[in-house]
Amino acid sequence: MPLSPPADALPATAGGSLPELANVHWRPRASEATMRHAGRMWTLSSVGHTVPFVAAAIALGLAGPIMLPFAALCLVHAWAIPELYAARGARAVKPRSAAGGEPERVALGLLGDLVDHRARELHARTGLMLERGRLGVWLVGETGALLVRPGGRRVNCYCVKATGAGLPPSDRAAHLLLALRTDEAGFATVANLAFSGARWRVRRRLAAPAREALDAAAGR
Amino acid sequence: MSRLIRMDQTGHTTVAEWTVDDPPSAEAAIAAFRAELDQGYFALISHGEGRAEQVRELPLDAALVILRRPIAGG
Repeated sequence: MPLSPPADALPATAGGSLPELANVHWRPRASEATMRHAGRMWTLSSVGHTVPFVAAAIALGLAGPIMLPFAALCLVHAWAIPELYAARGARAVKPRSAAGGEPERVALGLLGDLVDHRARELHARTGLMLERGRLGVWLVGETGALLVRPGGRRVNCYCVKATGAGLPPSDRAAHLLLALRTDEAGFATVANLAFSGARWRVRRRLAAPAREALDAAAGR
Repeated sequence: MSRLIRMDQTGHTTVAEWTVDDPPSAEAAIAAFRAELDQGYFALISHGEGRAEQVRELPLDAALVILRRPIAGG
């Protein structure tokens, strides 16, 4: 069974755009403007989730000492909701399958040929491939990617994967890396944005190796 | 020797090899290339960090052409 319509059946795409954009034609193409807007919306959403609980905690605290436990519960909610979103974002780059075996070794060889020695060494330590783009610095994993926006304060977390089963982990990362190189804005459009927020919030939800990669992407 | 490789469950598979000086090998590579595209693979050439070019015809002068599966939001 074909994986997708034949290439010549797809609409013509200009300037090396990703053919997969045809599958998400309703989405506006990612750009600096759409990313800033998405970032603002995520911030507003976090504030909208947090402020009512903080306000409730203050009101309960002022109501009397007997209400202090409930006020504390409200504060826990206010803290936990953004943390849960950040955890969802961090899961985008969590390794899904155990690396190993001959297919993974072969895939790793190809992936290594696609990047320079620094990115190769970082991938060996962290499982994430660092790629600089116009929209920021990307960390590409097996089933997702992080984008450290210029300035390093905000991170966008994307869930995106190569279709089809049975691909070795490094092959999955190579698929994403090559798609990203073909059309960075298209890649960011096709991928699902799982979280956009403060780098420190995402960092604390990452495994230690991925934290190193995030620090490298942020230039720290 | 130029190569057409497909990223798959084995890591990658060499689908065709050719040289410009050997027309039969180039014709076989073009046929294999079209067959892979008909199966839904996308072909590209990587030009290093930040740059890759999607191709719909086999560039015979390229050293390495890579076939990848489509991606999708997860």
